[in-house]
Amino acid sequence: MTKLLSMNRRNFLQTSAAGALAGLAPGLVANRAFAQAALTVGFIYVGPKDDYGYNQAHAEGAAALKAMAGVTVVEEENVPETVDVQKTMESMINLDGAKLIFPTSFGYFDPHMLAMAAKYPDIQFRHCGGLWQKDKHPTNTGSYFGYIFQGQYLNGITAAYTTKSKKIGFVAAKPIPQVLQNINAFLLGARSVDPAITCQVIFTGEWSLAVKEAEATNALVDQGADVITCHVDSPKVVVQTAAGRGAFVCGYHANQSPLAAEKYLTGAEWAWGNVYSTFIKEAQAGQALPNFVRGGLKDGFVKMSALGPGVSDTARKAFEATKAQMMAGGFSVFKGPLKDNKGKQVIDGGKAYAEDAIELESMDYLVEGVVGSTA
Amino acid sequence: MTVKVDDPAISLSATRRRTSLRPLLGWLARRAEPVVITLGGIFAGLALFSLFLLTLGKSPLVLYQLMYTGGFGSWFSVQNSLSRAAPLLLTALCVALPARLGLVIIGGEGAVVLGGVAAAAIALPLVGTAPVLIVLVLMAVAGFVVGGIWISLAGLLRHYRGVNETISSLLLAYIAIALMNQFVEGPLRDPASLNKPSTKPLPAGYMLGNIPGMEVHWGLVIGIVACILSWVLIEMTSFGFAARIAGGNVRAAQIQGLPVGKLIGGLTAIAGGFAGLAGMVEVAAVQGSANASLAAGYGYTGILVAFLARHNPLAIIPVAFFLGGIAAAGGLIQRRMGLPDATVLVLQGTLFIVILFCETFYGRFRIFNPDLWDTGDFKMGEA
Repeated sequence: MTKLLSMNRRNFLQTSAAGALAGLAPGLVANRAFAQAALTVGFIYVGPKDDYGYNQAHAEGAAALKAMAGVTVVEEENVPETVDVQKTMESMINLDGAKLIFPTSFGYFDPHMLAMAAKYPDIQFRHCGGLWQKDKHPTNTGSYFGYIFQGQYLNGITAAYTTKSKKIGFVAAKPIPQVLQNINAFLLGARSVDPAITCQVIFTGEWSLAVKEAEATNALVDQGADVITCHVDSPKVVVQTAAGRGAFVCGYHANQSPLAAEKYLTGAEWAWGNVYSTFIKEAQAGQALPNFVRGGLKDGFVKMSALGPGVSDTARKAFEATKAQMMAGGFSVFKGPLKDNKGKQVIDGGKAYAEDAIELESMDYLVEGVVGSTA
Repeated sequence: MTVKVDDPAISLSATRRRTSLRPLLGWLARRAEPVVITLGGIFAGLALFSLFLLTLGKSPLVLYQLMYTGGFGSWFSVQNSLSRAAPLLLTALCVALPARLGLVIIGGEGAVVLGGVAAAAIALPLVGTAPVLIVLVLMAVAGFVVGGIWISLAGLLRHYRGVNETISSLLLAYIAIALMNQFVEGPLRDPASLNKPSTKPLPAGYMLGNIPGMEVHWGLVIGIVACILSWVLIEMTSFGFAARIAGGNVRAAQIQGLPVGKLIGGLTAIAGGFAGLAGMVEVAAVQGSANASLAAGYGYTGILVAFLARHNPLAIIPVAFFLGGIAAAGGLIQRRMGLPDATVLVLQGTLFIVILFCETFYGRFRIFNPDLWDTGDFKMGEA
């Protein structure tokens, strides 16, 4: 007990001393001088950094920068998409000396990041999503995003080899193009192995709503789905609930295998560490940062979780073969002839969309084999 | 003419002269009670929170210094705090006004999101045809009316059907958010808003701008005016007086013939109207369109503000600024001390509990009660 107390006191004294130094205004002079050498980079997350999902994926990317020389990373979590995020950006610029800011949530772009970019033209802003348009948005802003539906296609392949009921399930947040791409890719991956497979989808309506995510997962398992994946901000609840019910799971956003070691097949993960360190290297080399970057598996924007113990050898081979095709380039997840689940032809025969095809960005349908509705 | 020494008039005026400062002191003493007790609560809460920080091995001194720097230490920080306080002024009124009637309404969030949707919806057909001021006024009216209807539902259900207003207002908030999603993803959706369903954005010329000389939007002024008007309504009008009687004892109010149902309906409608107005301000001053970002938790933080202000509309103003400051500093604390966002929530929660606990101190200190200054038999605790 005394030891504990004295430890605390020592920590207390150290931190107080550091605080006192930082608090004394002359520290600012040193900070300015330091800023010449070090690049301060700000990261803003809409949820908690350890959500096993969207925000954790970005925080892992930010953590990769901390190992680089000459970079100071400042982070703030749970920042809502309101005037709060504008003030957080300004606070990072004014109080921390941030020169490059990554507001990572989709809803930070318009109007929040655009307002700050107009106010601080010397600061660089790069936003996660594909919203930046040349001639429309300021040149000190930009977008980066990844074709993560490739990962959901690979998830679908492992799911197809694992399912016994031929029913797989998807817990989704909202019926928007990015989510629809993932649902469709998951089913198409599974159907590439066994065309009899169907995928039930349930939309929760919110990016983060643990209770509904658990209900949706339970409902899917009750209806016979035995492999589940999702697209919500934090897949933690879905993964734990599904595994608890004995279903297999495919991950999304980040690596959820610690939550369900035996039941975790694989997962579609972001590889933001690569993307962020490329930006930093360019900034340190004095180059202009690109305004619009996108990439998939082969570009290192997206990666797959290590295959889990539930994946059979046959599944592993099929998974690796398709992944190799994607890595080589030219593999199309979405190709005709393809019908939506109302029977309408959405991609004509002979047509194959590359991952960056503009048509995919306004996807508003669920493909044949997906049970569910977008509205 | 001889003056009698024992003339009662003379001796009375002598007493008056001797104690001429007493009324002022007494007035001050009564006003000082809530201020001293609340400040005492804040300091006690901060002291408790320091212990929590020490167990984490973090220095409370550094944290409080960062709180000052981030929330109040510079013009930038003050504006940061004021920006965050602006919506809380209105959402706190949504809790404080019904509280004067004895109702605990916690579903202001629902009025915020529906007020925002209504404001955006009414603006869309008018943009380009009607003058800016007219559009903004109509947006405010739409937000106020829809928010008012929503919260008065909880009040009226309470009065006429005996439904617990705390639960019903909370459940109504979930319905409101679902309705907002339905509107924004359905009939009101801008087809160009692919991955973030929103209504069509207001053109820049139709936005409520910043207060001149400040980087804080007009919502702050609207909020402060609303707080002052609410104080006048509650403290200086017969409507407010009747509401306070009904809040003190419904039966007594009914026996007196006060229209309790109308009071509840009216006051919950005004309260909800203010929360709806907060939604309109979010659309017109910040977001530019209605979308899921409207459900940012302002309605819930407003509960905290109202309770800390003891449901006094004027006290809401400094309390909202204080909480806005804590929120503004919260970011700096995360960035400089490596503490999670939850730290600030722990601080807010600690302050909330301690200040509520301090309610039990009211009437326990004779120094705040001039009537008891001269009585020798007063003992602590016998208020």
